[in-house]
Amino acid sequence: MVVPASCTSVVVGTSPKTSIGMPVVHVPFASAASVASGIRESLLINNKGDIHVIAWAGDGGTADIGMASLSGAAERNSDIIYIMYDNEAYMNTGIQRSSSTPVGAWTTTTPIKGKLEQKKDVAKIMIAHGVPYVATASIAYPHDFYNKLSRALKIRGFRFIQLHSPCPVGWRFDDSQTVDVAKAAVETGMWILYEYKDGKLEISNPSKYLIEHNSFKPIEEYLKIQGRFSKISEDLLKELYKERERNIEWLKKAV
Amino acid sequence: MMESKVKIVRINEKLPISFPQNGAAGKTGSWRLYRPIVDNNKCTKCFLCELYCPGNVIETRKDGIQIELDYCKGCGICAKVCPQKAIEMVPETVEVKIA
Ligand SMILES: Cc1ncc(C[n+]2csc(CCOP(=O)(O)OP(=O)(O)O)c2C)c(N)n1
Ligand code: SF4
Ligand code: SF4
Ligand SMILES: [Mg+2]
Repeated sequence: MVVPASCTSVVVGTSPKTSIGMPVVHVPFASAASVASGIRESLLINNKGDIHVIAWAGDGGTADIGMASLSGAAERNSDIIYIMYDNEAYMNTGIQRSSSTPVGAWTTTTPIKGKLEQKKDVAKIMIAHGVPYVATASIAYPHDFYNKLSRALKIRGFRFIQLHSPCPVGWRFDDSQTVDVAKAAVETGMWILYEYKDGKLEISNPSKYLIEHNSFKPIEEYLKIQGRFSKISEDLLKELYKERERNIEWLKKAV
Repeated sequence: MMESKVKIVRINEKLPISFPQNGAAGKTGSWRLYRPIVDNNKCTKCFLCELYCPGNVIETRKDGIQIELDYCKGCGICAKVCPQKAIEMVPETVEVKIA
């Protein structure tokens, strides 16, 4: 596993006392996808192709700082799995906005009106690279995530999973609510689960059901359980509704 | 070298699942403010708490739910996701001796 600077670096800790008990390479920010590609190539040359290489990086390390090397690895179709755990800000350094922070969210660098710009859609950018596998997942639906990871394992080439991961500290809610907040994101359409493989896009449940029955909950139900949206303006709330509509329309056309 | 605790668990394919062990920060259960207490009479062994526990410290056994308190950080997610309300979070207390 390759980990650039992030909260995961702290959780995993330093070698040889890593807490997850698998070989971990801590790497400088921009290089996760490149280092993972290199390790995979060396394993292949040494006939150790059955060892998979996973890059596990935050949204800041992916959508902003790691974007160039990520794009390079995707373009080379490097045989790695890249997991972007998306807690929608630079959490480890104290909640600074990233390009993956949604509209209207408070962060320490968007303290007054919340973020004004829309969330960068990294999964869509990866699909545009034409890689063999791209998926979105959520910590609220672990079976869906496991299944996607298992499918990704069987595919060769570049695979990308964006995992929506609420952060209690950064999003301002109690730890115990983490699963509820992640679920609410999916139920309100603020996060949509899908899978792109063999050039085809398929929406995963429960998002598929919600889109087919047009039964998303009002976005407010997701916002009100977190402190980071407590001061969102009417205008920015409208932006969120528009963004949801755009995402749904794009997905409907793409399937 | 520390002994690796990664077990390969079959779900659909081989996926490595990590179990808690003594990492660089030692026994992280000491950070806990609330302790989960399971009522095994209410528990239906649905595995939800085990599935969602971020520290993966819960094991659903035949004789009930086992929580490895050395590494449980007391986040309360298990209590929140339990459909039977079989887990209660109680404050950790420390005995202070006053001379
Ligand atoms: C080159 C470089 N710049 C800045 C930092 C400081 N830094 C460490 S972690 C981090 C935040 C990473 O954010 P993200 O990738 O979203 O992961 P998260 O902390 O949210 O898990 C930053 C800015 C660094 N380690 N290296
Ligand atoms: S309180 Fe949190 S860490 Fe402890 S057992 Fe429950 S879910 Fe796991
Ligand atoms: S979630 Fe509740 S009922 Fe289910 S296994 Fe855990 S304690 Fe038992
Ligand atoms: Mg982040």
